[in-house]
Amino acid sequence: MAENNVLVRVDNLVKHFPITKGLLQKQVGAVRAVDGISFEVKRGETLGLVGESGCGKSTTGRAILQLYRPTSGNVHFDGEDLTQLKGEDLRMKRRKMQMIFQDPYASLNPRMTVGEIIREPLLVHNVATQAEADERVKQLLEVVKLNPAFSTRYPHEFSGGQRQRVGIARALALQPSFIVCDEPISALDVSIQAQVVNLLEDLQNQFNLTYLFIAHDLSMVRHISDRVAVMYLGVMVELADRNELYTNPLHPYAHALLSAVPVPDPKVETTRKRTILVGDVPSPANPSSGCRFRTRCPIAQSICAESRPEFREVKPGHFVACHLVS
Amino acid sequence: MPDNLLDVQGLETTFKTSEGVVHAVNGVSFSLKEGETLGVVGESGCGKSVTMLSVLGLIPSPPGKVNAGSASFFGNDLLKMSKDEIRAIRGAQIGMIFQDPMTSLNPVLTVGRQLREPLMLHLGMTTKQADERAAQLLEMVGIPKAKERLSDFPHQFSGGMRQRVMIAMALSCSPQLLIADEPTTALDVTIQAQITDLVKRLRSELGMAIIWITHDLGVVAGLAQRVIVMYGGFIIEEAAIGELFANPSHPYTIGLIGSLPRVDHGGTQRLTSVEGVPPLLLEKPTHCPFAPRCKWVMEKCWKENPVLETVAPEHRVACWVDVKKERQS
Repeated sequence: MAENNVLVRVDNLVKHFPITKGLLQKQVGAVRAVDGISFEVKRGETLGLVGESGCGKSTTGRAILQLYRPTSGNVHFDGEDLTQLKGEDLRMKRRKMQMIFQDPYASLNPRMTVGEIIREPLLVHNVATQAEADERVKQLLEVVKLNPAFSTRYPHEFSGGQRQRVGIARALALQPSFIVCDEPISALDVSIQAQVVNLLEDLQNQFNLTYLFIAHDLSMVRHISDRVAVMYLGVMVELADRNELYTNPLHPYAHALLSAVPVPDPKVETTRKRTILVGDVPSPANPSSGCRFRTRCPIAQSICAESRPEFREVKPGHFVACHLVS
Repeated sequence: MPDNLLDVQGLETTFKTSEGVVHAVNGVSFSLKEGETLGVVGESGCGKSVTMLSVLGLIPSPPGKVNAGSASFFGNDLLKMSKDEIRAIRGAQIGMIFQDPMTSLNPVLTVGRQLREPLMLHLGMTTKQADERAAQLLEMVGIPKAKERLSDFPHQFSGGMRQRVMIAMALSCSPQLLIADEPTTALDVTIQAQITDLVKRLRSELGMAIIWITHDLGVVAGLAQRVIVMYGGFIIEEAAIGELFANPSHPYTIGLIGSLPRVDHGGTQRLTSVEGVPPLLLEKPTHCPFAPRCKWVMEKCWKENPVLETVAPEHRVACWVDVKKERQS
């Protein structure tokens, strides 16, 4: 693949959070939230990142944007290694990469008007005068299909879906090329989810955006993504084109995860075969040896305990980390 | 006495808030047969939880008030009972599970102590008998090392395990009816599959009726025999599960089903979103509650609120629009 097709390249990204104890805060261990993952996000695509709570998908998103500085590994954005950038250089890069958060109630300052919220990135980065910023706020509100007259209102005057639109307008203010969408629709009602997803798709076409779409709703991820990556306990277990992954999942975890998603169709639901996993996800502070998934894997063998399976390409564009997939 | 286990008629519940009176439930009627599983579907604020809390006498009053209606359970009206009478039924003949198992369990009491409580209160067991039964119950819901875990506190269990404890507690007195309010919403999908699987197994073993409140049509599709869809405090559609998905007949239900992407077949076609936002219910609507968001809205919809009419066997819809005709055009 030509290098300039790739917008974001993640190499062996690791993020450990220290566990400290005692008066001197001595480190006694680490939560291995993300433990060595590598993947690429191509220009203009939507890469879906799925997994259960605690699998490290949000940490991955934040570590890419350097909201958490990675413990090790590199993140190349547009050819430049973000992990080596500091201060003003990094701040300039942030214009091009933005984030949309899960909770539209917590991610907007309740004491600022919607206009102030959307204007803030423009003023912080000094790219517009007050008058220009006012004009831009109006435009952005129109872009996310809100009434421009709403700019003087406060976040509490809006519904969840409308607030999420404000969050999207704020993310778009600096004309980024890459947006990490961290569960942007999980807090919304079903009929509102479709509105926001349709809006995200429209904006992608309109502004040529690249998305990393983090979610646990596998149906919605299938709908919005071009390629999908599955994470389990800090590692990536499978990555493939959307249809390939959903019709031909190779990793036993991806397989079980997909079979667990309920289908809104009673005919399908009553005849579908489920792989129901036993037990819970282990703690990322103390993951199992070898393959992370082996403690719940229905087909685990002795090799799975001995070594960690490599994340390798088994078919063109289809990556999987499992000893038992040939 | 008809064979209905629960018969709710004309239920109306309001809440006094600083912004005015919220009409949360506006004349809801439904029934449930013994051993039947009824799904109640709708978005947040549609009145699905308030309906069930009203039936159980769990509406905090003030600010809430059940203004009208009856809820006949085995022929006795739950809404007319005294606090003591209904308390004897809740937890005994009617079990309940709520969305968030962490806030429904008492964090400072052991799980064993909490499981013993209904057994000793309703069934008059001694501590020792209750302890034994509690261990059996935990085993029944698939918690390993049940006996040892009785002395653990809720925070020592994972989310899925806590929901299992809640289910064990709800089923401890062998209720005829289990009311589950979004029991899997806070859980991961593999754990959700474990819990729905468990409920299905227990249903066939114990034969209780279930009311399953959810916003997830997928969960309902695999679990319920009949579904009611609520919007703005009204029931707007009611049908057997197969019929509802094959012939959704209310514009809202059609929109809701259309707005769901499917995990089992890929499609890049645009989702049909339902534009607008749910109503605030600050006044009791005199028109169809869905009219402001309906793409087929007619003049009549703004003048009169439609009532549920039978359109097919076991299929009732509250809508003035000839939906079949509109969908073809």
